[in-house]
Amino acid sequence: MDDDDRVFRALADPTRRHLLDLLYERDGRSLTELESGLEMTRFGVMKHLRVLEAAGLVATRRSGREKLHFLSPVPIRLIHDRWIDKYTERRVSALADLKTTLEEKTA
Amino acid sequence: MTTMTEQTTQVYSVFIRATPQQVWDGITKPEFTARYFYGSVLDSTWEKGASFTGWAEDRSQQYVDGEVLESDPPHKLVTTWRALYDPETAAEPFSRVTWEIEAAGEHVTKLTVVHDELEAAPKTAANVAGGWSYILSGLKTLLETGEPLGN
Repeated sequence: MDDDDRVFRALADPTRRHLLDLLYERDGRSLTELESGLEMTRFGVMKHLRVLEAAGLVATRRSGREKLHFLSPVPIRLIHDRWIDKYTERRVSALADLKTTLEEKTA
Repeated sequence: MTTMTEQTTQVYSVFIRATPQQVWDGITKPEFTARYFYGSVLDSTWEKGASFTGWAEDRSQQYVDGEVLESDPPHKLVTTWRALYDPETAAEPFSRVTWEIEAAGEHVTKLTVVHDELEAAPKTAANVAGGWSYILSGLKTLLETGEPLGN
């Protein structure tokens, strides 16, 4: 499995996307905190967090006895550059050119 | 849509197909950093107690100021951090950046960046939040393909 496979697979699950949203609101959360916002067993949440961590979407730090989870959006940035920029750039620049041309005419 | 609160500890990680030494070189050699670190060259002897500065490639402007707190090549680097490119962040106290480099399989290295001690530097915290993702994805792309992003 390559990096992109791991990231798309990690994102292809609503619970895992929800976990990312929870960390986006406030990160540095423990498993217990994350678990309280979900209708799921502790083991289930742990499994999802492991998938996110393996994809590089979640980074962890130990703080005393707790393991804290942080949103690490680096893979999303890479997907953006690889998949979004590539397909939207030409269309966007064509529209930008059109806008400039039209605005010049009315000026 | 919720807004992200400013995080006083930020942690970013990325898996890079490279050796720990290559990742260390990617962070510490100015010819590499110029290609993914917003075009800036990082300058330091990378020894504990040495100054750590970041500059525009032509040295016309200093962007970052700090000091090396800990250096264990190619495993760990800790520096203080003050961003000078914005008057608001330049007026804030130093925060701290830790680079942790660990082997994570055959020819795969896990790089983790922790930017913390941001409690007294909210402008810096907000400012770097998107920046580290850009920098780390650029470093990964550069080390894996030899090309900086966007080329």
